[in-house]
Amino acid sequence: MAWLFYTTLIVYSISLIGYFVYLFKQNNQIFKWSFFLLILGFLFHTATVIYSYVITGYIPANDLKGTLLIAGWIITGTFLAFQHKFQFKILGIYTAFLSTLIILIASQLQDVPAESKNIFNSFWLVSHIITIFIGYAAFALAGGAGLFYLFQEKALKQKTKGFFFKRLPSLELIDNSGYAFITVGFTTMTIGLITGMVYAHLIWGKFWSWDPKEVWSGITWLLYAALLHGRVSGGWRGKKAAIMAIVGFVVLLFTFFGVNLFLKGHHGEFTKF
Amino acid sequence: MNDIILIGLNHNTAPVELRECVSFSDSDNDEALKTLKDLPEIDEVVLFSTCNRVEILSTTKDKPGAIESIIKFISEYHRVDINSLRDHLYIYKGDEAVRHLLRVASSLDSMIIGEPQVFGQVKEAYNAALSKNSSGLILNRLLQYAFSVAKRVRNETGIGDGAVSISYAAVELGSKIFHELEGKHVLLIGAGEMAEIAIEHLISHKVGSIFVANRTFDRGVDLAKKFNGTAIRFEEIIDYIEKTDVVISSTGSPDFVVTREQVKGAMKIRRNRPIFFIDIAVPRDIDPDINQLSNVYVYDIDDLKDTINENLEDRKKESIKGERIVDEAVIQFNEWRESLDIKPTLLALRKKIQSIAENEIEKTLKSLDNLSKEDYESINRMMDSFINKILHDPTLFLKSNEFKSNKSLTIDFIQKIFNLGKLK
Repeated sequence: MAWLFYTTLIVYSISLIGYFVYLFKQNNQIFKWSFFLLILGFLFHTATVIYSYVITGYIPANDLKGTLLIAGWIITGTFLAFQHKFQFKILGIYTAFLSTLIILIASQLQDVPAESKNIFNSFWLVSHIITIFIGYAAFALAGGAGLFYLFQEKALKQKTKGFFFKRLPSLELIDNSGYAFITVGFTTMTIGLITGMVYAHLIWGKFWSWDPKEVWSGITWLLYAALLHGRVSGGWRGKKAAIMAIVGFVVLLFTFFGVNLFLKGHHGEFTKF
Repeated sequence: MNDIILIGLNHNTAPVELRECVSFSDSDNDEALKTLKDLPEIDEVVLFSTCNRVEILSTTKDKPGAIESIIKFISEYHRVDINSLRDHLYIYKGDEAVRHLLRVASSLDSMIIGEPQVFGQVKEAYNAALSKNSSGLILNRLLQYAFSVAKRVRNETGIGDGAVSISYAAVELGSKIFHELEGKHVLLIGAGEMAEIAIEHLISHKVGSIFVANRTFDRGVDLAKKFNGTAIRFEEIIDYIEKTDVVISSTGSPDFVVTREQVKGAMKIRRNRPIFFIDIAVPRDIDPDINQLSNVYVYDIDDLKDTINENLEDRKKESIKGERIVDEAVIQFNEWRESLDIKPTLLALRKKIQSIAENEIEKTLKSLDNLSKEDYESINRMMDSFINKILHDPTLFLKSNEFKSNKSLTIDFIQKIFNLGKLK
């Protein structure tokens, strides 16, 4: 398992370096190689996840290391699925960066054996973890798109072209892809919350127990609901939507890490290290 | 050996009045080529003339004679005073001539660096020379080489990047706001030459509906007809801003034609879909404060000019890379020219045959392992005398005077059939 893990890390790192070179040189051949390496890294990553599942018999989300492994895997996968639809080449640098960083952090952590194997094997829990993480991944990408939007918008408004102007796609493309990320993220996160509640009901006998993680997830969900509502009914687009997507991602990061690390609750299980 | 010389003038050395005087039109071209070709000092000649430059590229065995007679030719053909002409001419010889041609073809010497037309113009000049048979081995090879160098410069540097005209700059900016211009609706306010060019450029990007608003409605109707658009009344402008994505304005109005409040209201109805104002008018038509509204972008003529200047600066920086490519190419071309002689050709031929023979012998010897040292030596000796005998006749032929009249052609032919040439 270790070699799969480190191969993933190395391939992602090379892909990230490639993307950086592409950012400066704007050479299409370099882009193709970087993108190919990201796919290759994702395949190794997938193998790592599958291997871990086969060995332990459960999804490796029982400690921080495993949770990060899954999170990084789903972020890369989600990006690759989207790249096909939107020609948003430069977002790859953001994805490669996130995936490399996540795997790098995970590589520094120890495996913590699961206390109870059974709780990680329920259909509802697996669905909960997968859908919630796809939601997180899509929101992470929306945050990245939001950041790029702000760069490009600033260049166009202030009429100073700067470094990013020719390297970034049009505002419309960034805005549309950000919107698509948020729609997908919101849908999967909703499913994730529902499956989580069903699972909670099975285990603890109630759907909602005001656990800090639940509360913060609820806040995050409401935030993105507001963003989507604003877009559909009030025409919140462009800069406003970009800032909201970034704020949403920051809140999400807190929900994901902060709650587990600083507050107590029944999700602490997933981020032991 | 023949020398390459290039005599010419361009926008840097000659005023437009003189350039107009000495330029060769397409109809002049054939006659001029013929006259030049018939000059006794000149072997090969190519004539290249545009509104920015006249260049006469030729090969000769008598440099000073050729230079004088070419200058005399220009002066007599166009009836300009030979001495004032001389002041504006540049005369390049050998490597410098090659370099100049490569720079011209690569658009490094153009008034607007990287402009793409010059490549086609050089190609036309080359085709004209080919059809009149005025160019030969050296210049044909040089021009073909120039085309491949020019393509390299274009592909490997950014000298052609970035818009350098108002209408291109507008489209470039538009394509950073909108994913594609196709299907976007356009409103033209007022009429002006520059606005018309911009709109024609947008049409080539398959924009959607075009609306035209003009103070005099009839003029608007005419314009609308020209662009296949719809004429609207001047008072209706604000109603149409709600519907359009790109607004080009160029009226003679002393006041703003579109105000911030109007656009603010329109954006609500548009549900904040972005809108791009291009204000080509002086004084301005579009209140610059409108740029502060979100999802609205206003560029006036100065902004566009700034963009162009920035792009020109970038091209200039990129041209340094282009110059380096040209420098390398000059050296390569020189190597090819030098190889076009008897000694290097014989040497290359010997090398080629030797390497073939060595390879084959090595392959054969691998499967024969019972040979003694003496056997090896006699096989090698056989190979040497084999090579010498093969080369005997070609060497005699090349050293004889039989083909002196078209030496370069013959050598080139030999190099071609044995695939010895270096220039790609």
